[in-house]
Amino acid sequence: MTVAIDRATGKRRGEPGGRPGRLTRLRQSYQRYWYAYAMIAPVVVVLGVLVLYPLARGFYLTLTNANSLNSARTIGVNHIEATYEFIGFDNYADILWGPTSYDRFWSHFIWTIVWTALCVTLHYVIGLGLALLLNQKLRGRTFYRLILVLPWAVPTFVTVFGWRFMLADGGIINAGLEALHLPAPLWLEDTFWQRFAAIMVNTWCGVPFMMISLLGGLQSIDTSLYEAAEMDGASAWQRFRYVTLPGLRSVSSTVVLLGVIWTFNQFAVIFLLFGDTAPEAQILVTWAYYLGFGQQPRDFAQSAAYGILLLAILIVFTSVYRRWLNRDEQQLAI
Amino acid sequence: MSTTTVKTTAPADSPAGTAGGAPPRRTRRRGENSFAGSFAAHAILTGASLAALFPIAWLVFLSLGPDKDDYLHPGRIFGKMTLDNYSFVLQETPFFDWLVSTLVVSLGTTVIGVLIAATTGYAVSRMRFPGYRKFMWVLLVTQMFPVAVLMVPMYEILSELQLIDSYLGLVLVYCSTAVPYCAWLLKGYFDTIPFEIDEAGRVDGLTPFGTFARLILPLARPGLAVAAFYSFITAFGEVAFASTFMLSDTKYTFAVGLQSFVSEHDAQRNLMAATAVLVAIPVSAFFYLVQKNLVTGLTAGGTKG
Repeated sequence: MTVAIDRATGKRRGEPGGRPGRLTRLRQSYQRYWYAYAMIAPVVVVLGVLVLYPLARGFYLTLTNANSLNSARTIGVNHIEATYEFIGFDNYADILWGPTSYDRFWSHFIWTIVWTALCVTLHYVIGLGLALLLNQKLRGRTFYRLILVLPWAVPTFVTVFGWRFMLADGGIINAGLEALHLPAPLWLEDTFWQRFAAIMVNTWCGVPFMMISLLGGLQSIDTSLYEAAEMDGASAWQRFRYVTLPGLRSVSSTVVLLGVIWTFNQFAVIFLLFGDTAPEAQILVTWAYYLGFGQQPRDFAQSAAYGILLLAILIVFTSVYRRWLNRDEQQLAI
Repeated sequence: MSTTTVKTTAPADSPAGTAGGAPPRRTRRRGENSFAGSFAAHAILTGASLAALFPIAWLVFLSLGPDKDDYLHPGRIFGKMTLDNYSFVLQETPFFDWLVSTLVVSLGTTVIGVLIAATTGYAVSRMRFPGYRKFMWVLLVTQMFPVAVLMVPMYEILSELQLIDSYLGLVLVYCSTAVPYCAWLLKGYFDTIPFEIDEAGRVDGLTPFGTFARLILPLARPGLAVAAFYSFITAFGEVAFASTFMLSDTKYTFAVGLQSFVSEHDAQRNLMAATAVLVAIPVSAFFYLVQKNLVTGLTAGGTKG
């Protein structure tokens, strides 16, 4: 019955699936999957038009010397044609090992890696700690949970403004530090403290997501496992090490991957916290934005090249991470 | 979840003799702790809650001070608390213009994102078609696109299409992130709907499309709501594209409009604070309603290969 319906629709839409004359087995498999392809078609089209085409075009831009002076633009009624030229991989060479490449790329690269590693570690450790506490039978834990989710609930661009008030010279944080007779750093001006502040704010923003995800993971662990472990005389640490952590494995692997991607690409926190005032605290994403849109003339080609490099770094990371996760698993984790 | 503290002492019928010496007062390992332990837990959680609450509370507090330098002398605010900032923001600034643009852009993204992504989420949840893994991989990769990758080419393309400074342009840009996002989220939700329902539908003669539209979509309403909310929030809070592609200040979204206070209004931080609070309250309230489902949807997609 299903086969007849499949063939009818298959023919009507002219998809390859329903065409007669193939091996029955092959045809049946096509008939089964035809629906799948039809169903993902809208997204494939959207991704093709809105993502892949701009990506291809962006990649082409990286091979040119396009900037805002030689790109196609319209001034009043005059349309000026693009005059940029194809220069091959010069942009990449310049970024990666050109003169001053350390100051422009590698210093930001190192800081981005440090930033990502520190932030995700802090997110995960603090999030896990709070999730473990909230997973206990504790008076008022729903109340705590609601409060602790707050940083996630408020839009980032709002919270970062709140933090700017607090971190400003003379703001509440420095006032508090001075009241305690501690040195009051220039959070928004001194490079080290800028970085410190950025990590602090981003940690504050990112912990709730980790906490809630891990709490969900903790609640899905079968309690009988803990009972069995305790029967066998496992200490609290052993139960954590051999029951909790493995039980959280699938949730952890997903949230850590998402956390790395989001933190690596975290635009809003650094951009809104410092604007253009902190060249040394820019991570690669905000630096690429600065090159393409924050300066005059806008260097489109270099900005796009940074973007491609960033994407490449993330793809390599994700592939390695997936392979590492799936290294000896029957069931693929991601 | 109410906080009924039912004393769940472990059942004493455990047959194993090795269970440890003192059965009558056996503390349940994930249940009640010792007094010191629970005190420490409360202390940590209270500290963390204060840390979570303070920046927002501080913002609200500062928004009540009438002077733009009050954030430097918070003590003075107590004597002269006022809602003037709010009435000024609502009456004298383009707040409602920004509200309109933010809503247009966010809702547009939401509608397109969810509509398009629903069938895809269903397909990747139910059908193991050839190329399935690669497709999931592509969906994941599009989540990693740094703004810088697409921004330059999109700027070029949009300016050729005369879509710079238009709502449609920004909606299209946001769809590039919202659509794969929603598809991923919805896959996670569809995975939680029993496959038997599909099978029953097929046995009764529905096509996969019929099964999807008549049986699964109604059941997936909460999942759709979550996907809608997530794409709404993503579009709502986006900064980079919005501040580059929207040029006229009546078309700013909130994320950009709030920034404009810094330069154009002589850093009127009291007004900024009031605007921030006005923006944050409804979104946060809404967020609380769905946050639990958000996580399930988001992480389930990744955990069930």
